[in-house]
Amino acid sequence: MKKSYKIEVDCANCANKMELAAKKTEGVKDATVNFMALKMNVEFEEGADVKAVMQNVLKACKKVESDCEIFF
Amino acid sequence: MNKKQKRMLRRIILAAALLILFSLLPVEGWLRFALFMIPYFLIGYDILWDAVKGIKNLQPFDENFLMAVATVGAIALGDYKEGVAVMLFYQIGELFQSYAVGRSRRSISQLMDIRPDYANIEGENGQLEKVDPDEVPLGSIIVVQPGEKVPIDGVIEEGESTLDTAALTGESVPRDAAPGDEVISGCINLTGVLRIRTTKEFGESTVSKILELVENASSRKSRSENFISRFARVYTPAVCFSALALAVLPPLVRIVMGIPAEWGDWVYRALTFLVISCPCALVISIPLSFFAGIGGASSAGVLIKGSNYMETLAQVKTVAFDKTGTMTQGVFEVSGIHHSSMEEAELLEYAALAESYSSHPISQSLRRAWGGEPDKNRVSDVTELSGKGLTARVDGKTVAVGNAKLMELLGVEYKECHSVGTVVHVAIDGAYAGHILIADMLKPTAKSAVAAMKAAGVKKTVMLTGDAHAVAAQTAGELGADAFYAELLPGDKVDRVEKLLAENQGKEKLAFVGDGINDAPVLSRADVGIAMGALGSDAAIEAADVVLMDDDPMKIAKAINIAKKCIRIVYENIVFAIAVKLACLVLGALGITNMWAAIFADVGVMVIAVLNAIRALRVKNL
Repeated sequence: MKKSYKIEVDCANCANKMELAAKKTEGVKDATVNFMALKMNVEFEEGADVKAVMQNVLKACKKVESDCEIFF
Repeated sequence: MNKKQKRMLRRIILAAALLILFSLLPVEGWLRFALFMIPYFLIGYDILWDAVKGIKNLQPFDENFLMAVATVGAIALGDYKEGVAVMLFYQIGELFQSYAVGRSRRSISQLMDIRPDYANIEGENGQLEKVDPDEVPLGSIIVVQPGEKVPIDGVIEEGESTLDTAALTGESVPRDAAPGDEVISGCINLTGVLRIRTTKEFGESTVSKILELVENASSRKSRSENFISRFARVYTPAVCFSALALAVLPPLVRIVMGIPAEWGDWVYRALTFLVISCPCALVISIPLSFFAGIGGASSAGVLIKGSNYMETLAQVKTVAFDKTGTMTQGVFEVSGIHHSSMEEAELLEYAALAESYSSHPISQSLRRAWGGEPDKNRVSDVTELSGKGLTARVDGKTVAVGNAKLMELLGVEYKECHSVGTVVHVAIDGAYAGHILIADMLKPTAKSAVAAMKAAGVKKTVMLTGDAHAVAAQTAGELGADAFYAELLPGDKVDRVEKLLAENQGKEKLAFVGDGINDAPVLSRADVGIAMGALGSDAAIEAADVVLMDDDPMKIAKAINIAKKCIRIVYENIVFAIAVKLACLVLGALGITNMWAAIFADVGVMVIAVLNAIRALRVKNL
């Protein structure tokens, strides 16, 4: 399943860091961050609990870039 | 500026003021150090903190870490002023970048401001209810009031209005809409209230498709973008290790040679390296250029599906295009009146009146060309002669309108026509009055479109058509196309395009332009497939790489020009940024330049590159 989220982040490199962090999160099959459109597209693994996974994604992103925000 | 940026601006101003003030104070030793630490921590505390976190997360080599090492190093060497200044300028650069990116993001999203927020549906008592367009089921009636956007594709049930399609097509002349017409979402209703029966769900509607396409465009990375991300991955660590080598190796060599090591001097040079090591200018400006280019293009009604297609489009040297519907209007129009014994308009009037009872496409085009409303009282005794034409009494005169067979039947001597198309002969009271030529007309801009492509650097224009050889030859001649291939079946078009592809050398690319009907295989076979007049045609939007929202062939050259401008900006930025950085690295290693120059090089290049990137947004005059 694929979903798209609005994000807030300041710099291009920070967006890349978020992408890496999101990709490594459990339950996430693939993730891409589009800095220009301020969008994060997340592809979840089969049967993943979207809400819970996104909580972890946000936590992982906050760890690498304390200034970021994901709206879900 | 948002809140965060304003706070940063205050920090910058305060730190800059303190820096200047303390540089003027005649203090020495520990007091001087303590004083300079105030602006340093004021401006750099977040960078230092992020650097510590980066190390903790085992992700050093980010720009925070580099800035922290460079400034702490400078301060340790006693260059307090420089340490603070580097941090200060770095923050100014970051602020500028976030401001510029925010601005351009906003102006691009304004261009693409076609997402409808709500749909009006009628409640039980006739009152309007605003609902999420996503929740409107297929086939329901929605009401669109003047000034509102059409939220979902559908057919007009009731009401007449004019629609502004500028946001979709870049075309500023509004379109008329009447009951029975199909309307596409994203248009703005200008004058009357419309009741529309939806024919699609919101997610499948034109507006959703377009937004999805534009937003996902930047995920198809171009070769330049891939080059930059590979470059950035190598560049930063490479510069860091060279900095380390520069700090350690020359002093060691000097010690071996028995001259003073001058550690401080070499460490300073190495720190200068670290300041230059941030690839920010490239990392931010290249994607920004593409994003601005794609945004600017979509505001002109040209949707480009990815940065990679932008790159290909800029290298197009051969354009192959379809004839019917692409260069011609695909409908029959009066294209000429020859050998007329009376005023041409009068001849047309007689013919149109005689044909006023007929619904044949040719009769319709005669009436359209005449332009008047036929007064049927002037027409009597209409006799249709199947396959030949008809005779009628118009204003008391006997008018015969039809083909050569009709003229032979009536024994009227007629003149052959040398032009290509359908010929309608007219005889009045038994005497030949001339003939009217009806043909599929070129679009008004078709000829200048071919010339514009040439001006945009296209070397060869080729017309492919399924039409007869004579018609194709004439059209190609009128257009000024370099070559044409006629009587092609859809499969033949693919073969022909493959042959043309084989003729291209090196980086020359081939674009195919079609109207999206029956030419999906050719669109996907070409280096870049351009579909035109694609509003409402899902198949074309799917198959093509570039979608022209309206059917004006001038947009082909425009798309090529937009792509060329965007790519030129990308190359300018790459060359400029890398050249300046390399020059500073060399000068820094030789000890000619200092940290001030390095930070100016880093921030200045970034500022210029970002400003240059934003130029890609402006496409009006291309």
